[in-house]
Amino acid sequence: MTLSPPLATGEVQKVATRAAYGEALLALGGQRDDVVVFDADLSGSTKTKAFGQAYPDRFFNFGVAEANMMGTAAGLASLGRQVVFASSFAMFATGKAWEQLRQCVCVPNLNVKVCATHAGLTVGEDGKSHQMLEDITLMRAIPNMKVIVPADSTEAKAAVLAAVDIPGPVYIRLSRASTRVILGDDYRFELGRGTVLRDGTDLAICACGVEVAEALDAAELLFAKGIDARVINLSTVDPIDEELVTAAARECGAILTVEEHQIRGGLGDAVAQAVVKHCPVPMEMAGMDGEFGQSGPPNDLLTHYGLDANGIAARAQELLRRKG
Amino acid sequence: MTLSTERIQELQEIAKQVRVDIVSMVHAAKCGHPGGPMGMADFMTVLFMEHLNLNAENLNDPGRDRFVLGNGHTCAGYYALLAAKGLIPHEELLTFRKLGSRLQGHPHRTPEMGIDFSTGSLGTGLSAAAGMALGARLNGTAAHVYCTSSDGDSQEGQIWEAATSAAHFELANLTVIVDFNNIQIDGKMRDVMNVRDLRAKYEAFGWNALDVDGHDLGALDQALSETRNTSMPTAIIAHTTIGKGVGYMEDTSSWHGVAPDDEQLAVALAELGAAG
Repeated sequence: MTLSPPLATGEVQKVATRAAYGEALLALGGQRDDVVVFDADLSGSTKTKAFGQAYPDRFFNFGVAEANMMGTAAGLASLGRQVVFASSFAMFATGKAWEQLRQCVCVPNLNVKVCATHAGLTVGEDGKSHQMLEDITLMRAIPNMKVIVPADSTEAKAAVLAAVDIPGPVYIRLSRASTRVILGDDYRFELGRGTVLRDGTDLAICACGVEVAEALDAAELLFAKGIDARVINLSTVDPIDEELVTAAARECGAILTVEEHQIRGGLGDAVAQAVVKHCPVPMEMAGMDGEFGQSGPPNDLLTHYGLDANGIAARAQELLRRKG
Repeated sequence: MTLSTERIQELQEIAKQVRVDIVSMVHAAKCGHPGGPMGMADFMTVLFMEHLNLNAENLNDPGRDRFVLGNGHTCAGYYALLAAKGLIPHEELLTFRKLGSRLQGHPHRTPEMGIDFSTGSLGTGLSAAAGMALGARLNGTAAHVYCTSSDGDSQEGQIWEAATSAAHFELANLTVIVDFNNIQIDGKMRDVMNVRDLRAKYEAFGWNALDVDGHDLGALDQALSETRNTSMPTAIIAHTTIGKGVGYMEDTSSWHGVAPDDEQLAVALAELGAAG
């Protein structure tokens, strides 16, 4: 697997994962007539609108009523013919409609793909009411739900195209902000499989979503200080790649997790559960530690909360002191 | 076409057996909800025996009708009717609520015995039923989707989100029967949280809506017949007496979620004409 050319050439291409979702949906619409898309009055922002314009008979706008949208998606999927993609902002898709996702989608294990955009701190200026920082926790707590946090637009597109054939409920966490494309076109997404993007043995940095690019940059900063960090993209948070995490713990002896999400119940917890079970080593978890975000440009927020490359590199050095 | 006197008598016998099954199941489980399904037994019997196109032969037919028990706690009567239709063995009813049973305390989607959806959390059923109605239209089938609700269920906001969207999408193939018995766990519905005139509310949301005596089998049959020829979804507000058929259970919130003991079961069975 190659990393995207920009890293090699210095040309930076930035695309939002939500945009890749919209493209993938449009492609799926042409390939399969069993794909149906639901939205809740945010189709311009979630990027489902293009599907709706191309396939109006298979697109349904539910207005500002997310609980009903998820329940209706479950009812439609229960007939066994359609795959329903249901979208809103992560705050509303997983917050307002959590109970419907549990009772109506996951209890009967139905074919509903929840693709939620505007997740995490990088929502930016809209601030704490819209920065969903608890969705990974909420989704991975429910049996049958698979949780995917794509690292960039390449992976987002691949994950959406894969999700249509993954049986049962899937949650895909997408971002508003345009972020760097880091994966090459030959990237193959596989549910439950993490990817080592940079090898190293001093510590392993496990990241998901927009934090994968920051982790790669942090590894460069650390390398300049003589620290060789392994960077792992754990885009599937549930089921977590226990084998890859265990190998990282054994070979690196220390693990730092990074996510634009609460560390309670998020990627950090998922990795920690695998580590304590198979190979306990010192860990640090970078993320939101029990506080809400605030308004600001996305990059300023990442810097403020220690989730940019510099912040991650600093946490890595703290962790190495504990590793001894 | 209206039901013949003979057919009404046959349906009354089936409804009586459903009530006998309900009290027997809840007694055997030593817990559960007898009052609600006793009140619903008449309209559930007319729906299942005369209208719902679901049986052992067409179970896997994508074009068959669908059913969602929106007030999932009343499932004892639902299971009794699945037995009456031959979808589950009658003797299985007494496994209700026991470890390992298919007959969970609230319905769990089990296609092989005709349970189309999981319910139990109030407010969620009507959305699911609307999704099935939308799917039936997408799939080009003539399936009709029936859903139950209740006055208590109508206190949930999601019901009105679903009512809004079902009318917006003009889901004429959707019918909800609302068990309106004026009773909820904490007491009289009008004292706890009065939902007022549900027919007027559904009408205001764009539905066909009508009030029916929930124990008049002929009127229920006629109301259900009319729902097949409409351009909008239909709400049948069935006015019922909770616990109907057993004197000590009628019109009281105290039998909403309590099991009869041995003595109370004997009294109930005697009143229902099934002592033994």
